[in-house]
Amino acid sequence: MYQGIRISGFGGQGVISAGVLLAYTGILENKNVSFFPSYGAEMRGGTANCSVVIASDEVDTPIVSSPDTVIVLNEPSLAKFEPLVKPGGTLIVNTSLIKTEPSRKDIKVIKVPCNEIADKLGNAKVMNMVALGVFAKATGAVSIDSIAKALPKVYKKLKPEVIELNVKALQEGSKLA
Amino acid sequence: MAEKQLMKGNEALSEGAVRAGCRFFAGYPITPQNEVPEYMSWRLPQVGGAFIQSESEVAAINVIFGAAATGVRSMTSSSSPGISLKQEGISYCAGADLPFLIANVMRGGPGLGNIAGAQGDYFQSTRGGGHGDYRLYVMAPNSVQEMFDFPKKCYETAYQYRVPAMILADGTIGQMMEGVEINWPEIDPKTIAKPSWSLGINNGRERRMVGSYDLRDGMLEKMVLERVKRYKQIEEKEVLWEEKMTEDAEIVLVAYGISSRVALAACRIAREKGIKAGLLRPITLWPFPKKRIAELAPRVKNFLAVEMSLGQMVEDVRLAVNGATNVNLFAKPGGSPIFAEEVYQAIETIVKKGAKEYATVK
Repeated sequence: MYQGIRISGFGGQGVISAGVLLAYTGILENKNVSFFPSYGAEMRGGTANCSVVIASDEVDTPIVSSPDTVIVLNEPSLAKFEPLVKPGGTLIVNTSLIKTEPSRKDIKVIKVPCNEIADKLGNAKVMNMVALGVFAKATGAVSIDSIAKALPKVYKKLKPEVIELNVKALQEGSKLA
Repeated sequence: MAEKQLMKGNEALSEGAVRAGCRFFAGYPITPQNEVPEYMSWRLPQVGGAFIQSESEVAAINVIFGAAATGVRSMTSSSSPGISLKQEGISYCAGADLPFLIANVMRGGPGLGNIAGAQGDYFQSTRGGGHGDYRLYVMAPNSVQEMFDFPKKCYETAYQYRVPAMILADGTIGQMMEGVEINWPEIDPKTIAKPSWSLGINNGRERRMVGSYDLRDGMLEKMVLERVKRYKQIEEKEVLWEEKMTEDAEIVLVAYGISSRVALAACRIAREKGIKAGLLRPITLWPFPKKRIAELAPRVKNFLAVEMSLGQMVEDVRLAVNGATNVNLFAKPGGSPIFAEEVYQAIETIVKKGAKEYATVK
């Protein structure tokens, strides 16, 4: 299997955190992984994106030019990354912040109000986990359980109750895929 | 087998250096290698080492001269423009036969360029870089695992032959994360005997000198020629490369670092389409695997150098081939990434259309 992913959004939405977590999840599932962040003049409020590859074979380039799945968390990301999705691929759109309708007809579009769901769970910060939950369920590239297992390993300082909240967000997301 | 750790290239390089016995680091920040000094700043004190953020790159390399002269395993790192600033000091270290590790996490150039991964410093790294006749031992990792593994080999070679060693990476490998297996024992530098030339407290032993000059008639020539003997040994014994699918290849791609991974993917596409493509990846850039390329040349119809620079490594391929067969070039400068599909297009053009001297600058 090969799954190339692009995640994009505002700096501060947890784009990079979600990417690192996904890569580590791949390692837990004994797959080859790569993670590559945009590392330009990104800052809180600006846009950030990352590439993640999870594959059973060796990964050639870590920069994913035609992703199987794209997760867009803010408006500018939709315009930039929708055209890159592989025909037949998946586009996960955070409708809490993206009002424009995706135009592609040759891809699967999943619309999820990530911010609203995160707010309902009690913490807006877990909106990226809602999106990852959607991703895991929709693509089957990794399991929700593995992501949950990876969480405390990647983010060692997280308190158990925060981890629990993140896992809840993953589960809520997976219901919407 | 221990579980793999997810590490960033720059972090793996730093941890690999510490585990290989590095106990002194001096450097100055620059993207895309900032994680190296950041990591060293907290990691080295844990093992009784020292970290200095110097006031400039020029200061850093001269501090390294002093540290290396005491025989301690030392390291500096930077990215392209910063490495240019260090060239005078690197030349002095090479002239003083001082072993140390220098890492260049290349970015787009020339000038300030950009901060994306690129391979434009090939000439600078493999031809010495600064003034005078000298060489660096240059290794080119193509994965985060190799970023972790190569500092050890660099120190071993540097100390054995008394030459500076360089790890030539790029922004992509520095910034990317991959699984790393920590699969070799940590080296405690206290268990390594101090070199016979190292400076320190003189407890009545014979006086030692470390320096890069000799003004006496004919003495510099003698000094340089003595060094060249060691360079010849390195060329004989320390060449490293890797081959994939070259046994029956009609076209052999030559690529190092991140480009080699893309080139391998392009070879696989070509094989699926019935073109016998293979890859030769130089792991050491100096010494370059020229003997092996010369061996392959008579039975290979085409070589294709793939590089994220305007055509620098291709010159070493041409020197090795020495006219025995066609040498082609796929070049992409300016810090833009290469993709397998476009490299495959070059392979197809050369093999199917029989291009004699294909060169593309994308």
